Amino acid sequence: MVELAREAVKRYPGKVYRGAKEIRGSLMIVDGVEDAGYDEVVRILGKDGKERFGRVLETSEGHAVVQILGDREGLETDTLVKFTGTTFKIRVSEDVLGRMFNGRFEPIDGLPPVVAGEEREISGEPMNPVARVYPYQFIQTGISVIDGMFSLIRGQKLPIFSVSGLPHNRVAAQLARQATVRGEGESFAVVFAGIGLRNTEAEFFIEQFRETGALERLVAILNLANDPAVERLMTPRIALTVAEYLAFDLGMHVLVIMSDMTNYCEALREISTARGEIPGRLGYPGYMYSDLATIYERAGIVKGKNGSITLFPILTMPGGDLRHPIPDLTGYITEGQIFLSRELSAQGIYPPVNVLPSLSRLMKSGIGKGKTREDHRYVADQLYDAYSRGVKARDLARIIGEVGLSKRMRNFLKFAEEFERKFVNQGFYENRSIEETLDLAWQVLSILPEEELVRIPKRLIEKYHPKYRRG
Amino acid sequence: MSSERVGSIISISGPVVSAKGIPDIKIGEVVYVGEERLLGEVVRVARDHFVVQVYEDTGGVRPEEPVYASGKLLVAELGPGLMSSVFDGVQRPLNVILEKTGPFIRRGVKVNALPRDKKWEFKPTVKVGDKVSPGDVIGTVQETSMIEHRIMVPPGISGVVKEIHEGNFTVEDTVAVIETASGQVELNMIQEWPVRRPRPFAERLTSEVPLIIGQRVIDTFFPVAKGGAAAIPGGFGTGKTVTLHKVAMYSDSQVVIYIGCGERGNEIAEMLKEFPELIDPKSGKSIMERSIIIANTSNMPVSAREASIYMGITMAEYYRDQGYHVTLIADSTSRWAEALREISGRLGEMPVERGYPAYLPDRIAEFYERGGRVRALGSPEREGSVTVLGAVSPPGGDFNEPVTIHTLRFVGTMWALDPELAYRRHFPAINWLRSFSQYAEIVERWWVKNVAEDFPRYRAKALRLLTVSSEIEAIASVVGESALPDDQRLILLAAEILKEGFLRQTALTGVDVFCPPLKQYWLLKLMIDFFDRAYDLITRRVSVEEIVNLPEVYEMMRVKEDERDLDAVKELYQRVMAKLDSIAKRHGVVLEQTPMSG
Ligand SMILES: Nc1ncnc2c1ncn2[C@@H]1O[C@H](COP(=O)(O)OP(=O)(O)OP(=O)(O)O)[C@@H](O)[C@H]1O
Ligand SMILES: [Mg+2]
Repeated sequence: MVELAREAVKRYPGKVYRGAKEIRGSLMIVDGVEDAGYDEVVRILGKDGKERFGRVLETSEGHAVVQILGDREGLETDTLVKFTGTTFKIRVSEDVLGRMFNGRFEPIDGLPPVVAGEEREISGEPMNPVARVYPYQFIQTGISVIDGMFSLIRGQKLPIFSVSGLPHNRVAAQLARQATVRGEGESFAVVFAGIGLRNTEAEFFIEQFRETGALERLVAILNLANDPAVERLMTPRIALTVAEYLAFDLGMHVLVIMSDMTNYCEALREISTARGEIPGRLGYPGYMYSDLATIYERAGIVKGKNGSITLFPILTMPGGDLRHPIPDLTGYITEGQIFLSRELSAQGIYPPVNVLPSLSRLMKSGIGKGKTREDHRYVADQLYDAYSRGVKARDLARIIGEVGLSKRMRNFLKFAEEFERKFVNQGFYENRSIEETLDLAWQVLSILPEEELVRIPKRLIEKYHPKYRRG
Repeated sequence: MSSERVGSIISISGPVVSAKGIPDIKIGEVVYVGEERLLGEVVRVARDHFVVQVYEDTGGVRPEEPVYASGKLLVAELGPGLMSSVFDGVQRPLNVILEKTGPFIRRGVKVNALPRDKKWEFKPTVKVGDKVSPGDVIGTVQETSMIEHRIMVPPGISGVVKEIHEGNFTVEDTVAVIETASGQVELNMIQEWPVRRPRPFAERLTSEVPLIIGQRVIDTFFPVAKGGAAAIPGGFGTGKTVTLHKVAMYSDSQVVIYIGCGERGNEIAEMLKEFPELIDPKSGKSIMERSIIIANTSNMPVSAREASIYMGITMAEYYRDQGYHVTLIADSTSRWAEALREISGRLGEMPVERGYPAYLPDRIAEFYERGGRVRALGSPEREGSVTVLGAVSPPGGDFNEPVTIHTLRFVGTMWALDPELAYRRHFPAINWLRSFSQYAEIVERWWVKNVAEDFPRYRAKALRLLTVSSEIEAIASVVGESALPDDQRLILLAAEILKEGFLRQTALTGVDVFCPPLKQYWLLKLMIDFFDRAYDLITRRVSVEEIVNLPEVYEMMRVKEDERDLDAVKELYQRVMAKLDSIAKRHGVVLEQTPMSG
């Protein structure tokens, strides 16, 4: 127990308020406040001597609604409330590299806080659309199904849509380990935002980085499952503020991985409900689209700067339902999506990518002659086309039996199975170059009669088809 | 208003700010909020306070900061210099902001919509002593190589030209003096117009001419007339933006105004990369010369998203009044509706459906109503049009939701995007069974006159074939295709040729990116005549296998991409007909008259 009156003088010079009118959920209402600023940071000192942080959600003359960050247990209405006069800021400098922080940007690696550097608002400022460079550089992830069919482009925001229990974190870790832009020795960094993760999941990521000796290029912002939910709202924003500094001040190519954005959305809903806002679909607030956009749109490349931010968020679809507001709104913002499928995973296929609904919208600008290989686009189209026919054949076979299929359909069915087993499937430590990926694609395509390869120009068939290459 | 009208802030909740202290404040009046003078508009007035929708981020703004009234409504600045610009939702040129604040947009920046220092060569079209009234063109300025900007007498001013100056002027210089009943009025090249109010015109005309887009599924089956309205609803990734970009790039519009409303920044970057490189075949100039882009992306303030739609349509009307055929594209109107919802919620209004305010249908109707083909006010006599195309992004891709439902009441065409087609990479993923066009019948007259007399017959036949085949497909998915009778298998084959060879069209590269009407007609004719004759053969006991295995079947699916363009289609037509004739001969069948090649 502390003596609040004494603490007030000691800790908070200037004006400080004592006593809240009401504390409800994570909200605190303070009366008699003269000039709280919208969105400004509040320090709250309870009688237990613990200091917490809060944010002003609403302010009017003599009245402020404060969202309490962090643990609020043990708070009573008799508290000290200090309005700091500034919105939430963090200090960024080169010292952040290799460090780990919590969702309030306090170090959790036993090292001292970052004191050097500039203060930045974590909400960031909107990137001017005319300042953007349209992303165009192919990132080789070494994962065939991604490189071959849903290429990741530097500056893109490409999420994984998964379901709990699937190896999405492994895919992200493999991607982070293997991703390179070829022919470049430029400096890169990984910023990892763990949002509501279980301890083992967070440890898995850190361990992965330790293994590859890339720990000094990692910045981790970890909000664990037992950390306060409201801090989940700040975790991705802190991560992106760090990423913007690394990318646009230091010129690094930054890969930002966020897992699990579903926990972020749940926290958003929780706070919206506590505020008594009119709920949108399934109780998520109507502004969730705009809110998520202020996170995802921070990916990109800007003119006149060397670095870039590539965003690889992970979310688990509640109930595996892709129409659920979380994946739905995300898909409306991001530049494609990679779906994982329980069915493929059950067959032992890793990464279990559900090819048909997956998409990379920026792929077209980063592939082809001089970038990957001249046949890339056509091969991807052909794989897609043939696989979708194969899946259709498989569905049909379930009804009328495989013998009822025409010979042509049986060919496609066989192709689909080979495609899943040989092309999609690969090892967690297997790093395939784009040439290996495309050659592998040709191998599985050669199961089909050559006339079926209608999406590929004759010239390229004659150059890359195994039949001609052998001869 | 001489003395400054200043009030003070009572409370702040996101973009909604309450203030007091300006008793004569008006609904719609522009105010500047806080020390940083953030742009806002009054949306509600009460006896002792008023409520402002702020167009910039309000973080850190405090109660008791000042609010300055401007005495003006939210207006668009209209005049030379709009063309080729990129604006935010409240008409601030983003390139100027870039110079001022760097790659990130700082709030509180004040910039003019039109450049003040640039000189334009003004060529008068009236003389001293001429009588002029609103809408009359008094002179022209070559705004870009493609657009002659016609300077018009603003609404509300008529009289006799007292002075008119030829030469190089900035938009603020006086170019004419008009002697009106109430005294002399100096005219420069800027007009201001309140964005929420439609601009006047002389007369509404019916829309009869199609907007040619070069996408077959649209032009042939679900056209939109110049001056009409179309909606393109679809879940994420089904092709709204790609389709609308194609319209912006290839359609025969004279002016394109593209509003990126709450969508992605990289999509704007893509346009800015592609537009300058794309040369309009008719003028030989970059299409940027006829385009205006409004970019209020999803991470920019939500309230400015709401305004962006009105800014865009006001500019569209302004060029319409000059006598241009303008296409206004809004991607996505759902994000605009959501902005309405958010502001309404913060105002504490009672929501009706899914949180949307009761006035949502009215706002949607007002927006689409501002499209149309008109005779403009004033002389010389001019006709112009605004074609409105809106993307709709329904939650979960389910069209049964307020924005889609109300939009469909006010548009004449719907391009219904289908995720099933998109998953199969059949693009454009416009579902031919669910889409509609109320203009189809009217614009058919244009096709008859300009393309081919028998176009309507081919179109109708193709649509019927597609409908029938979808019924047969449903059966085939249960019994397997080989169990079907020959005539049904032929229908499936013909439909497959239509889907692959006609409906499917790449948006990426190659000759097929734009398909001119005559080529559309010939492709359709090829496929339908093939079907008719083959059907004839089958009813005379020729086996369908003989037809399915013809190499020409594959050719029909691919000929659209042939570099030789129309010639290739015509050449294939001759071969296909000859092939069917020879099959007929082999079986001793006499076919009905060979379809005429036109
Ligand atoms: N006509 C087309 N030709 C080729 N590819 C297309 C076409 N239309 C869409 N696509 C593919 O689909 C992707 C998504 O299209 P688009 O961005 O237009 O979707 P959208 O409906 O606007 O989605 P959102 O609502 O998320 O903005 C494109 O990146 C492209 O890969
Ligand atoms: Mg889009």
